[in-house]
Order: sequence, then structure tokens, then C-alpha cells
Amino acid sequence: MPVVSLEYVFEMSSLRATRALGAAKSGATRTAQRNASSQSSSESAGSWKDTALLGSSTAFAIGSVSWYYYQFGRPAYAMTPQEEGLHPPKYPWEHEKLYKTFDHGTLRRGFQVYREVCSSCHSLSRIPYRTLVGNMMTVDEAKGLAEENEYDTEPNDEGEIEKRPGKLSDYIPNPYKNDEAARAANNGALPPDLSLMVKARHGGCNYIFSLLTGYPEEPPAGAVVASGLNFNPYFPGTGIAMSRVLYDGLVDYEDGTPATTSQMAKDAVEFLNWSAEPEMDDRKRMGWKVMAVGGVLFALSIWIKRYKWVNVKTRRLLYDPPTTGPNRPDNVTVGSAFRK
Amino acid sequence: MPAPSGVVNAIYSTVIRRNFGFLGVIFLGAFATEIAFETTANSIWNSINRGRQWRDIKHRYMEQDE
Repeated sequence: MPVVSLEYVFEMSSLRATRALGAAKSGATRTAQRNASSQSSSESAGSWKDTALLGSSTAFAIGSVSWYYYQFGRPAYAMTPQEEGLHPPKYPWEHEKLYKTFDHGTLRRGFQVYREVCSSCHSLSRIPYRTLVGNMMTVDEAKGLAEENEYDTEPNDEGEIEKRPGKLSDYIPNPYKNDEAARAANNGALPPDLSLMVKARHGGCNYIFSLLTGYPEEPPAGAVVASGLNFNPYFPGTGIAMSRVLYDGLVDYEDGTPATTSQMAKDAVEFLNWSAEPEMDDRKRMGWKVMAVGGVLFALSIWIKRYKWVNVKTRRLLYDPPTTGPNRPDNVTVGSAFRK
Repeated sequence: MPAPSGVVNAIYSTVIRRNFGFLGVIFLGAFATEIAFETTANSIWNSINRGRQWRDIKHRYMEQDE
């Protein structure tokens, strides 16, 4: 049965080709006729007035469209470029490629930078110690880290709440008791929580990297910096309460990586991307599996569709007109006499 | 249906004829395909990301503990 239908397909494709050729030929003759008729009419009525009318109306149409675009079509910016902040350049992040995981050595270094530098002001309140295990730390390392902090226990028999050392299930503690304490300690500015920061800021990794490395030695001439603020061109408004924190050699990496400013910023940014999207590695791996299986199933569905439809697609309708009698095509008059 | 030769006949009588055999082959085939696909896909993924994942670098930190 499949052999037969294949033969049909070949026969039909050749037939279709000849038919298409015939259609093209008749189409060509038709355009030629149309050209001849339009030319004959324009020759009689053509004058400079027509040309002028056509030209002026075209110019009017173009002019009115461009005027309308100039008035209403341009993008509107609510903020000045200074308020918007400098847009960060696009860096070729390796972990943002569709087939690359996080570099977990980088994550380990980035967490070290967070612990030793960022964590004195910024909280990371959505990350429990257990998520570090198997991503950038061994179980024992993470347990040791958790035990450095104290957490409240459940109320005991007398209703007293005591302190206990931290466990893997505890979350990384905040540097301040609450937002008000954070503001009071930072000149009224609240250091934002960093757990979802890569997702929360326009520009993501590029923005945070540019912000961390973009502090100039001195603000440019003419820039107004309010007291207590620092100049950073990438920060919207250019006045940022955080001063430059990353300097070369601030951190000692255990794997011997040179701790330059940009290296530390890169590690911290990739770590923050992990804390915002800890599922990324598994998501990409699963995504490729879905694409592979889905691709096979899609090809299969196309093949099945063609298999089921081949009889319909290769069907031919033949009309065998009667050669004698009153119903002969020559004897039947339908519509205008010109149609004959 | 072409006339069943020896091999086809054997397959038919062992696999397709009894419902138990047919279902068993389907289930075993599903499991085998799943395992084969997962193993292949994961090994490709791990070779693309060699040196980046925790499984590639954890030996540095595990040895220190022991």
C-alpha cells in the first residue's frame, strides 16, 4: 500500500509541474494584453498636468505622514538621560548562553565576595544554607557556616525563646534587624536585598557589573553630587548612597584567582544571578531534552499528516463532456455570448 | 500483510499474539528508551559544560575534609 501511494506522489508531482507551467504561460499573455490596453489609453490623455498632480499628491502624502510621525510617533522618555542612568554595555556572559551552566567555581568565589564584602550592608534573605550544598560548598562547610550564627528556638516550657546555633535549613541572616535600622545606619538609604537583584534591575548582570566597576576616581566636571552620595554614571540619577567597595586585592581567593576589581565584580554578579535563578542549570538541561524529544515528535507528526492525506492530495477529478446530444458544450449558452 | 517468514513468525507468536507479551515489550521498551535517552543527553550536557559544574570541582574541597 505505501508503494502504491508513493507512485501516485511521483506521478502527481510531474503532472503538477506541467500544470504550473501552463498557468504561468497563460498569466504572461494576460499581463501582456493588460499592458497594451493601459498604454493605449494613457497615450491619448497624458499631459504635464497629470504629472504635476501625481507628484504634488505624493509629496503631500509623504509630508503629512512624516509630520504625524514627528508629532506623535517618536518614543517618549519620561526621564532625562541623567535620570535614566548610563546604559551598561553588553558583556559576553558565558553562563547566559543557552547551553552553558553556571561556573560553580565562580559561584564559590562570588559567595566569598558576598560574605566578606556585600553582607555587611546587603541581606540575602531568600537563600538558605542548604542551597549552597552541592552548588558551591560541601555539606560540612555549609554546616560550619550556618553554626557561626545564632537563631531563635521554639518557645520552651516556660515560654522563653532561647538561641541555638544555625542549621542547614536556616536562611542567611540579615545584617540589620529591620529596614529602619538599615536606613539609620546608612544615612537614610536602604541597602536592597540582593536575592533577586539580577532579575529586579533593568540590564541584569550587565547593569550590576557596570555599577560595581563604574565608579570614577572623581565626578566629572559639572556633575552635581549631593552630600552623602557618590557619583556613578550607571545608577539612575547618578547619585548613589553606596560608595565604591571593590578594590584590587580586597579578597583572598582560595583557588589562587587574582582578586582584581573586575574579577570580584564578575564573580559576585554570577553568584547573584545564581541566587536569583538557582534553577537555571536544570532548566536549561531539561529544555534541551524537551527540544530533542519535541523535535522528533514534530517530524513524526508531519510524516503522519502527509501519509494520511496523500490520497486526498493526489486525487484527480476528470470531466468527460458528452460528445453528442443537446447537452454538448457547443450547444449550451450560459451567460454572455462572448464567453463562448 | 506479507506472508510471515521465520523471524516474523517468531516475533508474532512471542510478542504480539499474547496481550501480556505485547504490553511487556511496550513497557520494557519505554523504560529502556527513557534510560538510554537520559544517559546520552546528560553525558552530552556534562561534556559541553566540563569544568563548570560542581561535580567537576568538588574533589578539590572534598579531599580537604577527609
